[in-house]
Amino acid sequence: MPGRIKSVVSGPGLLFVSLSLVALYAPFMTLAANRIVAGEGIPVWDVAGPEAVIPGFAGLLAGLVLGLPAAWQVLRLTGAMIGIAALIWLLMEGSTSLLEGAGTYARVSLGSGFWCLLAILLLLAADALSSLSPGPKMRGALLAVAIVVSALVLWSGALTDLSIFREYASRQDAFFNAAWRHLGLAFGSLVVAAAIGFPLGVYCHRNEGLRSAVLPVLSFLQTIPSLAMFGIMIPLLAWVSSTIPGAKELGVVGIGFLPAFLALVIYSLLPVVANTVAGLEATPIVTLDAARGMGMTRHQRLIQIQLPLGLPVMLAGLRIVLVQNIGLAVIAGLIGGGGFGTFVFQGLNQTATDLILLGALPTVILALISAITMDILVELARPNQMRHR
Amino acid sequence: MIEIDNITKVYDGRPAVDSVSMTIESATITAIVGTSGSGKSTLLRMVNRLVEPTSGQVRINGEPTAGLPKNALRRRIGYAIQGHGLFPHHTVARNIGAVPRLLGWDNDKIHTRVNELLDLFSMPPDEFRDRYPAELSGGQQQRVGVARALASRPDLLLMDEPFGALDPIIRTRAQTDLHRIQRTLGSTILLVTHDMEEAIQLGDQVAVMDQGQLVQHGTPAEIITNPATEFVAEMVGGVDRPLRLLSLLSVSQILEEGAAEGEPIDEKSSLREALSVCLWSGRNAVPVERNGNPIGRVTLEAIRSRAEGTHEPG
Ligand SMILES: Nc1ncnc2c1ncn2[C@@H]1O[C@H](COP(=O)(O)OP(=O)(O)OP(=O)(O)O)[C@@H](O)[C@H]1O
Ligand SMILES: [Mg+2]
Repeated sequence: MPGRIKSVVSGPGLLFVSLSLVALYAPFMTLAANRIVAGEGIPVWDVAGPEAVIPGFAGLLAGLVLGLPAAWQVLRLTGAMIGIAALIWLLMEGSTSLLEGAGTYARVSLGSGFWCLLAILLLLAADALSSLSPGPKMRGALLAVAIVVSALVLWSGALTDLSIFREYASRQDAFFNAAWRHLGLAFGSLVVAAAIGFPLGVYCHRNEGLRSAVLPVLSFLQTIPSLAMFGIMIPLLAWVSSTIPGAKELGVVGIGFLPAFLALVIYSLLPVVANTVAGLEATPIVTLDAARGMGMTRHQRLIQIQLPLGLPVMLAGLRIVLVQNIGLAVIAGLIGGGGFGTFVFQGLNQTATDLILLGALPTVILALISAITMDILVELARPNQMRHR
Repeated sequence: MIEIDNITKVYDGRPAVDSVSMTIESATITAIVGTSGSGKSTLLRMVNRLVEPTSGQVRINGEPTAGLPKNALRRRIGYAIQGHGLFPHHTVARNIGAVPRLLGWDNDKIHTRVNELLDLFSMPPDEFRDRYPAELSGGQQQRVGVARALASRPDLLLMDEPFGALDPIIRTRAQTDLHRIQRTLGSTILLVTHDMEEAIQLGDQVAVMDQGQLVQHGTPAEIITNPATEFVAEMVGGVDRPLRLLSLLSVSQILEEGAAEGEPIDEKSSLREALSVCLWSGRNAVPVERNGNPIGRVTLEAIRSRAEGTHEPG
C-alpha cells in the first residue's frame, strides 16, 4: 500500500510481551498446608532452583519474542507452543520442588500468574492461527494434534503432584462416571432436540400460523432461568411419577438424570427450530421459483435445494445448542443429574477450590472442543458455489 | 395450440392481469410486450400454474390446464425465469440437466444433451460444464437459464425476458439462435420482453399489454402499421415506425426487373438494409443477387412507397 509503512512488529505480539511482564509478578503457583486452607502465592522465580527456573524462563521469553514478527505466522504459532511447553516444565519442576519436605497434606495449585500466562500464550496462538486462516480440514488436524498432545502430557504423570490431579486421583471412578453422564446429558439432549426440532422447523417453515404460535412459546421457555427450569422439573416429574400408573416403573422420578435431560431438551428447541426455519428461508426466491417452475415437488425442493443451501445455518443452530448444553449440564449436578456439576457443587460446599476446578475445567475444555468441531462441520457443510474458494 | 380464455388475476383487489384472451398457434413465437408492471410475467406464470388465475382458463391443445397435475404440467413446459434462477450449489451441467433428471433420463443421455446445448449457446462444454453459476458472467448465466428451459425439448417454452442481460451483439446472436432452434424443433414459444424491437424481430405474433389488459394482438406488421391505441403507437416508437416496418420486409418482395450500378445486396436482406445502402452510397437503385447471381434491382422509390401507408390511429 503506497504511503503506508508496513509494520514489522506485530501489534498484538507486542501487547502479549508487555502483559506477560506484568503477569510474571503475579503468583505462579500456590502452596497450602492442606486442601481446604488458602495457599501462599509463590512467584515464578521461587518455584524451584535456578537450574530448573532459568531454562523455563528462557523458554517462556523465547516463545513470546517469537510472537513478535508480524509476517511469520508459523513462527509465532511455534513461539506460543514453546511458551506453553515452558509453562508445563515450570509446573512440573515447581510442584516437585515445592512439595519436598512440605508435609503429607501439603498441596500445590496453579496461581493467577500461571493462568494469565497461559491465557496470553493461547491468545498468541489464536492470533497466529486466525492470520493463517487454515481450511476446515487443517483446523480439524490441528485440533486432533492438540488433543493428543494434551492427553499425552496428562497421561505421562508429569503433573500428578498438582492438587487438581490429587483430587482426580482420589475420585477416578467418579470422574469417569461424571464424564459419561455429562456427555450423555449434552449430546443426548442434542439428539432428541434435533429429532423434534428439525421436523417442527420444517412444518413451521411451511405453515405461517404454526410458526407464529410455536416460536414465541419456545422463546419464552428459553428465557426461564436455568435454576428455575431445573427446579420446576422436580415437582412436575414427581407428580407424573405418582399419578400416571407405570411411570415410576419406567424410571420417571423427580430428581436425577431425567428432569435434567428434559430441561436441556426444552432449552435446545428454540435454537434448533429457529435455525431450521432460517436455513430453509436462505434459498433465494428466484431459485425456489425456478425449482417450482420446472416441476419439482415440494419434497424434491426441500431435499435438493433448500436443505443443502440451508444446512450451514441449521448446523449453526446445533452448535449453539451443544455448547449451551455442555455448560447448562453443570447445573444438573444440583438436582442429582450427575455430570461434572457434581464436583462443582461438592467443591462449593467444602470450599475446596481444586474440586470445583475438577468439575469446571473439563466442562470448559469440552465446550471448546465442541465449538471448534462444530465450526469445522458448519464450514464443511457449506455447499460448493465456487470451485476455488 | 394454447388458448388463454378470459383470464384474470387479482392481487389485493387490483387486477394484475385483466380478462386477457388470446390464442397461440403451435410452432409460433408470440412476444408479449409492455411496460414494467403491466402483468406480463403474471400472464406467463398462469400458463404453467405458478400463479393460479382468479378466473378464466388456459387450455393446451384443448385440454384445460386446471385439471392436470401441476408438477407433470410444469415438467412438460420449458420455463426460463426472469433473472435466471439457477441453483447456486449445482454446476452448470447439473443445472441444465435438472428437468431431464426429474423426467428420469439416464445419465449418458443427459450428458450428451447438456453438451449439445452448451455448444448451441457457444459455451464450450469442457470449459463450462463444471463451473458454478457464481463463476459465470451475467450473460452466460442467462444463457444457461435458457439452455435449462430447452433441455427436455419441450413443445411449449415460456421465456421471461430471457435476453435481458445480454450485450447487443450476443443478444442478436441469441435471438437468431432461438429463432433457428424454434424453426427446426417446431416448438411453441411464449416470450416476455419489454423491448419492442426484440418483439418485432422474434415474434410471429406480438401481444401488447398495458395495465393488465391485452391492448393489441397481431403480426408485427399489423402492430406497426395499425397501432390500436396511443399506448401501442408510443411503444412502436413514432419516428422509427417506417424503419421498423421496413425491417420486417425483405428485398425480394419489391424486386424489379433491370440493372443498377455498384455493390449488389442479397435478396434476403431487409428493406431497411437496402435503404441504408442506398443512402450511404448515394444511389437511387441497388442490384439484387441470389446466391451471387444478379436477379434484378430494388429502387429507392419502391422502398419509399412501402414505408408510407403508416397511419396514426384514429
Ligand atoms: N405475488 C404478488 N402479490 C401482489 N402483487 C403482485 C404479485 N405479483 C405481481 N404483482 C403485481 O402485479 C402487477 C404485474 O406484475 P408482473 O410481475 O406481471 O409485471 P411485469 O409486466 O412482468 O413487469 P416487469 O417487466 O417489471 O417484470 C404489478 O403491479 C405487481 O406489483
Ligand atoms: Mg416480469
